[in-house]
Amino acid sequence: MWDYTEKVKDHFLNPRNVGEIEDADGMGEVGSLACGDALRLSFKLDEKKRIREARFKTFGCASAIASSSALTEIIKGMTLDEAERVSNQDIAKYLGGLPEEKMHCSVMGREALEVAIANYRGQKVKKEDFEVVCNCFGVTDREIIKAIRENDLKTVEQVTYYTKAGGGCGQCHPKIEGLIEKIRSEMEKERPPARAEKKKLTNIQKIKLIEETLGREIIPALKADGGDLDLIDIEGNKVYVALRGSCSFCPSAELTLKQYVETKLKEFVSDEIVVEEVRP
Amino acid sequence: MKTVYVDNNATTKVAPEVMEVMQPYFSDLYGNPSSMHFFGGQVQRNVNEARDQVADFLGADPSEIVFTSCGTESDNAGILGTLDSYPEKRHFVTTRVEHPAVGNVSTYLGRKGYRVTELRVDREGRLDLDEVRESVNEGTVLVSVMHANNETGVVFPIEEIGEIVKAKGIPLHTDAVQTAGKIPLNMKKSTVDMLSMSGHKLHAPKGIGVLYIRKGTKFSPFLIGGHQEKGRRGGTENVPYIIGLGKACELAKRHLGDENTRVKALRDYLEKRIFETIPNVLVNGDRVNRLPNTLSVSFEYVEGESILLLLSDLGICASSGSACTSGSLEPSHVLRAMGVPFTAAHGSIRFSLSIYSTQEEMDYIIEHLPPIIQKLRDISPFWNDYLKAQGKK
Repeated sequence: MWDYTEKVKDHFLNPRNVGEIEDADGMGEVGSLACGDALRLSFKLDEKKRIREARFKTFGCASAIASSSALTEIIKGMTLDEAERVSNQDIAKYLGGLPEEKMHCSVMGREALEVAIANYRGQKVKKEDFEVVCNCFGVTDREIIKAIRENDLKTVEQVTYYTKAGGGCGQCHPKIEGLIEKIRSEMEKERPPARAEKKKLTNIQKIKLIEETLGREIIPALKADGGDLDLIDIEGNKVYVALRGSCSFCPSAELTLKQYVETKLKEFVSDEIVVEEVRP
Repeated sequence: MKTVYVDNNATTKVAPEVMEVMQPYFSDLYGNPSSMHFFGGQVQRNVNEARDQVADFLGADPSEIVFTSCGTESDNAGILGTLDSYPEKRHFVTTRVEHPAVGNVSTYLGRKGYRVTELRVDREGRLDLDEVRESVNEGTVLVSVMHANNETGVVFPIEEIGEIVKAKGIPLHTDAVQTAGKIPLNMKKSTVDMLSMSGHKLHAPKGIGVLYIRKGTKFSPFLIGGHQEKGRRGGTENVPYIIGLGKACELAKRHLGDENTRVKALRDYLEKRIFETIPNVLVNGDRVNRLPNTLSVSFEYVEGESILLLLSDLGICASSGSACTSGSLEPSHVLRAMGVPFTAAHGSIRFSLSIYSTQEEMDYIIEHLPPIIQKLRDISPFWNDYLKAQGKK
């Protein structure tokens, strides 16, 4: 039996936003009956061009249904630029994680979103423009490369877990291996030089560094999306912040905070930092 | 929560009578059957009584019974032990729908340089006897064909296959893990040379199996060790489990009639009610030559794992040949070999009953299954498309 989180079980047993929007602004469908899972996503924008409504129909296993449900909850209230940045990792994290073998369900969610946004913009994501690597599941090099980059994949097995590529006859395994090698060496070159070992900070140094990091790394990024953040207090390794502007009512605020602010502070200040939101 | 267990092709409940006879061998009667003293000697007598019970159940001679650790070991030993005896012959014949205990041995043999023929099945999961006839030749070392398929319950005509194979002097092995206790077996009248069975499929515990080896069949031991099992399988006998299996075989012989009347009637009732209450369902496999306890059905446009988990949420334990349940990405090799259409291959569910199954349990399933399928079809994009195409919406 799969070790699904309570959140996966909840979104599977009580899926949110099931359906198809009749006069949708954007519609995307990925997968097929033959592949064993498929997702049809539709959304409607409000006057501010934010996603007002998102609905899905999914054929697939429990984690496919839960991933689709999570996706619709995540993107509600987002602008399309924000939605575009939602990764398969965000979907998996929202669900408290997915078994690695099932990560392709979260990738399917991200792909459907991409197709739906392209559909709204009058573009078309064309499979023909890319090389189909896995014929059994019709997976292109573009999808595989994206999964390798976004999820830091290292083995053919992982690529199969995330994209399904290579999960059928296995003939494409050498090709996938080649892609992994190529992309990982590209990633290696792109990586910034390793940061100096984080040194032990005094309290004053820590507070100063937190303020600097917020000002330099975090607040500008939030402002770009119409949001802002105030530092309320620092207590040991706990950093209390309040979200302002569009962040404070964004349904993905929790996600923004937990993952973005905390990751950044952990990166630049200390691995022990925990971020807590103070509601105004 | 109530538990409705309809996954007996996966494993079965240990019969209380079996549990009971095993107990003393964990405490007072711990002797080694090979010992010279009276303490081991009495255990040896009891092991041989269990051997008699198994032999009686199979219609075999006790000397033809070799105890193993499980069905997989029996299959591996049967195949590899034969191949080892005929090193000059390099052609192995089996089917495309075997359990992995044989199927993956076949793949392994292919890698080792054997020529392997995997017989096809038709849409109903049946073998073509002409293909069997054409595939065997003087270079064939062994034919291994399962007696009944674990997923669909389709029973193969093993005796007719045996006649074809015998005529060419080739030994025949069968994986009878799913048939032992469900349909009568009588090795005295059989053409089969080797037969595998597993304890936990017939109400004995997990961890005990049998390989029947017909007298005169060439065989080299798979587990090389002591003189146990007349030199055919090394390792100290798993005494409590052997005693338990003996009892389970005695019970299975007694219950065989029940299995083919009452259990079969329950299965047929479940099948009939599913067809009456749910549209777009198909049965996987030949309905005529089928185990009395097994029902494999596919629900179009929905996926098996989702069905299983919703059933499980209500205490109903079944299984599926869908991709997602196994961690693989393709539907089971059995359904693929049968060419089950895409609309249905991912939505297969297997219900497998036992002598402990009840009418009330079947009614419980029938009460809950239709709304589950409907719920998933309401979520599925293809169901709506299907209804539209049918002009029903």
